[in-house]
Amino acid sequence: MAALEKDLAINVVGVTKRFGDKTVVDAIDLSVRRGEIYGFLGPNGSGKTTFIRMLCGLLTPDAGTGTCLGYDVRTQQAEIKRHVGYMTQKFSYYEDLSIRENLDFIARIYAVPDRTAAVQRSLERLGLTQRSHQLAGQLSGGWKQRLALAACLIHEPKLLLLDEPTAGVDPKARREFWDEIHQLAAGGLTVLITTHYMDEAERCHRLAYLAYGRLLTRGSLAEVLANAKLTTWRVTGPDLLTLATTLRAQTGIEQVVAFGNTLHVSGRNPAQLNEIIARASDPRHSWQPIPSGLEDVFISLMDKAKDNFS
Amino acid sequence: MSLPRFTFHRLWAIVLKEFIQLKRDRVTFFMMVGIPLMQLMVFGFAINSDPRHLPTAVRLGDQGPFARTLVQALRTTNYFAIVHETSSEVEAQRLLQIGDAQFIINIPEDFSRKLLRGERPTVLIEADASDPAATGPALASVNALASTIFNRDLPSPLARLRAKNGPVDFRIHAHYNPENITQYNVVPGLMGVVLTMTMVIITALAITRERERGTMENLLATPVRPFEVMVGKILPFIMIGYIQVTLILLAARYIFHVPMVGSLPLLYLVSLLFIAANLSVGITFSTLAKNQLQAVQMAFFFFLPSILLSGFMFPFRGMPPWAQNVGSCLPNTHFLRIVRGILLKGNGLAEIAPELWPLLAFLVVAMAIGVKRYRQTLD
Ligand SMILES: Nc1ncnc2c1ncn2[C@@H]1O[C@H](COP(=O)(O)OP(=O)(O)OP(=O)(O)O)[C@@H](O)[C@H]1O
Ligand SMILES: [Mg+2]
Repeated sequence: MAALEKDLAINVVGVTKRFGDKTVVDAIDLSVRRGEIYGFLGPNGSGKTTFIRMLCGLLTPDAGTGTCLGYDVRTQQAEIKRHVGYMTQKFSYYEDLSIRENLDFIARIYAVPDRTAAVQRSLERLGLTQRSHQLAGQLSGGWKQRLALAACLIHEPKLLLLDEPTAGVDPKARREFWDEIHQLAAGGLTVLITTHYMDEAERCHRLAYLAYGRLLTRGSLAEVLANAKLTTWRVTGPDLLTLATTLRAQTGIEQVVAFGNTLHVSGRNPAQLNEIIARASDPRHSWQPIPSGLEDVFISLMDKAKDNFS
Repeated sequence: MSLPRFTFHRLWAIVLKEFIQLKRDRVTFFMMVGIPLMQLMVFGFAINSDPRHLPTAVRLGDQGPFARTLVQALRTTNYFAIVHETSSEVEAQRLLQIGDAQFIINIPEDFSRKLLRGERPTVLIEADASDPAATGPALASVNALASTIFNRDLPSPLARLRAKNGPVDFRIHAHYNPENITQYNVVPGLMGVVLTMTMVIITALAITRERERGTMENLLATPVRPFEVMVGKILPFIMIGYIQVTLILLAARYIFHVPMVGSLPLLYLVSLLFIAANLSVGITFSTLAKNQLQAVQMAFFFFLPSILLSGFMFPFRGMPPWAQNVGSCLPNTHFLRIVRGILLKGNGLAEIAPELWPLLAFLVVAMAIGVKRYRQTLD
């Protein structure tokens, strides 16, 4: 699936960032097609924010080349900044400015044509009209996120970089947020979004999973699940706690996770797993194979990466 | 493919934003008005009010009526309050040293005898001039006294003793050799001090605050240029600077009655250069400091020499050469001369020009360092 260069919003190779002697982002290749919603996942400290900052010119990569919207990430940072909307992980608009003043400020910086109307439109689209005079610092977390999204959309960017935009946002607001993102993507906007929520990961067109600064897997949801080659069984029955303890002690078992009255047991080697199940067999328990979830896959990948890299 | 390095719309966006933030930040705003008022009170009234009734020790070598008259005359100037009379030299010196006396009047043993012989006896006045502002007016009053002091006591046969330069030779011995600092000198000087203090601090916080609150990340992600940010943050405070200049000029005129001989429009115009110079120092500190505390500390380190070595606190010519050299690098030194020159001596553009160039050079250098140091990335 060699996409044409002009169809790629992001196309970078070998991007690396070191802080001191710590390599935080390690030779990452990434290509994101225009109009795509690309999910960026990984545990805390895996380098997601650092990578995004390099894409929009806030950090200079120590190694690697590539383009963002066709502009060179190393030399054309000024052009990139004009066409990218970046929503920071931590709210970084002015708390002592009102919602409208914040939007107006950003619109002026980008020289948005017909500024007043643009600000008004953006307030309406995000349902902020009623609160436009409220100081940003007095908003609740969810409303701050909406303001931040409105602000980074006001100059009609071609690429949105969203760093954990829905952290701490309630489920309904999250769903609305994602509907909005899908609408924008349908209109041709490219979105790179980081998240820790599995349901959000599943709403992305494609995903990448990062740990210890390295890309461990990427592709569509189905591809990621298939590539993981993880087998999962569901156990129901009494006394699951004892069973879990027994299973965890065995090699070949990667994860034993309790979900309500059931236990999910996963492993990478199906034969070995079958053997263990046969040994632990207890007539009171019923075992049945289920498809592995994204979370199981990611945790498995991370454990594997930990064995390899650290 | 090169983008414009500077655009007015981005500069204006920053200016408007800073104005709104300033409007919301009441504490800062009142500080900017309060500091000049407070300093006017402290320097204008408390320190520099014409001090009278200064504690004085008299060492009477001669108890005769002429000596008594002299002491009485000094007392009636209201500057000298005779708190000690002693005949011991050691005792008198001790009083001066510990600060119980500001002056020692030494009247020699042969005072009356020499006076009657017309030999102009010497009266040594020793002054503790560690605070020159305090002793200056008192010593000035002694000179006025010299020629008239014995007009009544020396009857006509002795009138020839009323020599042109007085029958008594007053010698003044000060510990320092101060310029005569008066209120007229200090209040105009305050303008430079207040502007240095407030302008540098306010902008020193400007960029570190953005960094500390996390808003810097957002600002850097926009196409805004370093020069636009820096100038945009400076412009609103020029207005604040002018408010301060006006406050001090009003106080100088109506409270301290400082003469204003020169052109006020010229003074306002020149102040722009000085305000901008200080603001750019602050902005430069702001780009160097890691956090707001460091920025304040840097501002303070700049403020100290600006007040001590500029000729505000101590007479510039009385300072050792190294201090004069340091002082000459500070904008306040030149601004003080400009303000005093315009207000007190009526200097025009031609006379103040030599002090303008250093200000301009300072502004350019500070701004250049600031723009160079302003990091466009988070690296
Ligand atoms: N300016 C910096 N200087 C030194 N180390 C840094 C700097 N910024 C980030 N790091 C380190 O780089 C690593 C990756 O950080 P980053 O913020 O990119 O992770 P992340 O994937 O965004 O994590 P999270 O999910 O918690 O947001 C962390 O170990 C962090 O401590
Ligand atoms: Mg992060």
